[in-house]
Amino acid sequence: MVDILKNYDVLGAFWVTIQLAVLSAIGSLVIGTFVAVLRVSPVRVLQVIGSGYVNIVRNMPLTLLMVFSILGVSFILGLQLSEDTRTNVFRWAAVMLSVYHAAYVCEALRSGVNTVPLGQAEAARSIGLTFGQSLREVILPQAFRGAIAPLGSTLIALIKNTTVAAVIGATDAAGLLQEIVENETGTVTVFLIFAIGFVILTLPVGIAFTDLSRRLAVKR
Amino acid sequence: MNAQPTLFDVPGPRARRRHAILTVLGVLLALAGLAAVVRKMDDTSQLEGYMWTPFLKGEVWTEYLVPGLWGTFKAAVISVVLAGLFGLVFGIGRLSRNRVIRWSSGVVVEFFRAVPVLIMMIFAFSIYARNQVFPNELNPLAAVVTGLTLYNGSVIAELVRSGVHNLPKGQTEAGLSIGLTAGQTLRSIQLPQALTAMLPALVGQMVVVLKDSALGYGITYLELLNWSKTLGSAYANTVPAYMVAALLFVLINYVLGRLANWVQERVNRRGTGSRDPDDTQPQPLVGIGLATEAAPRQA
Repeated sequence: MVDILKNYDVLGAFWVTIQLAVLSAIGSLVIGTFVAVLRVSPVRVLQVIGSGYVNIVRNMPLTLLMVFSILGVSFILGLQLSEDTRTNVFRWAAVMLSVYHAAYVCEALRSGVNTVPLGQAEAARSIGLTFGQSLREVILPQAFRGAIAPLGSTLIALIKNTTVAAVIGATDAAGLLQEIVENETGTVTVFLIFAIGFVILTLPVGIAFTDLSRRLAVKR
Repeated sequence: MNAQPTLFDVPGPRARRRHAILTVLGVLLALAGLAAVVRKMDDTSQLEGYMWTPFLKGEVWTEYLVPGLWGTFKAAVISVVLAGLFGLVFGIGRLSRNRVIRWSSGVVVEFFRAVPVLIMMIFAFSIYARNQVFPNELNPLAAVVTGLTLYNGSVIAELVRSGVHNLPKGQTEAGLSIGLTAGQTLRSIQLPQALTAMLPALVGQMVVVLKDSALGYGITYLELLNWSKTLGSAYANTVPAYMVAALLFVLINYVLGRLANWVQERVNRRGTGSRDPDDTQPQPLVGIGLATEAAPRQA
């Protein structure tokens, strides 16, 4: 075990994983919120665009998105996000992770909107707020608080899904595991190092979000 | 979408004008996006006829796509069956009255839920390959199935546990009061109801399994994505090949998702005696939320 930790940059690989996770968490939150607003908007066309996005992205394997971004979009369509191959892979991985999880963020927020009682929207309307205002001031703040638990599970899934970036050659934890497994005997110890690494990353997130969702729950 | 009026007033003249503007904007935005994609593809001559005509030939389907679909289905079906068994065993384990069994089942389930599927696959693949557990050509399939089974089995174990927990207490009490042992009550009263109630979620889990089977690409398992790559090199049409693969995935999973919703409706209509946790929730604002869906899907 000490050999593995000495010969390979395990912490560095997990650092890449963390960077990927943080960047795509922010990205997916932004895209997902936007799509959620489209889906609850009163305009039919926007609803269709929003639900089309969710239905397509949610039914597509993340692996396909990743592979397509490099072998298709980067190599053939020539859309590189960086001159450097490794940076290009990293950036595309972050983009695809954001795009993919945005669909789940959208659904989490929508389930949050569902926890807001009808009276809130009616009250907002009756004091003359427009749709945008009632969304901004009344509904979304409560929806976010109601959506914390599903957002937490989406974040945990995102952290685990960063490993998919390894199939396009990212130097994250799964990429390093692949390298170690090719060079040495893949012992149970090696597996446990990486498995426990992910437990360490996801466990606090789970605990924090459960705690947050309880503390921020809107008292009704 | 029929619940929309609850979130918005019936639009007046100004709101209608605003909605019309937003509609036009939305359409323009969507068209602009589409146009950008089309132009980019045209610039790199991805829209030429010869890129797409291969898909009209039977050969492309019989030699590449059908074997790919077969690979995907094979892994998915085997994994779902094994995951169901795994989930049943550990789900019941978590309900056991023996503290050691309950605790160890809990650790197993929580552990495999926290570890990424790809990590399990890579590891299983290396173990199988090195120790010659299976014939060489079966190793990738075995590794994919192992990863999918452990993860989804753990998810199903949680479904079993929560399914039993959500049953009304009277069901257990009635079983015990007519002289059944705790085990008999579980087997003949609680589990049948819990399993019916979790059926939609199980079908929904099929979508997760099908999507995750594409991870096999990373360990040389020949499923749809891998075959599409081969197809793309053979016909020099990588981009169209991936697009067709994506379309196939989306279609299959969309149908499965609809099936899950349909099963949910059936189960709801039949009534399983399970307490609907949504009953105690405040009335939903928008009737198109997750409440209408079989089960919240995991990413």
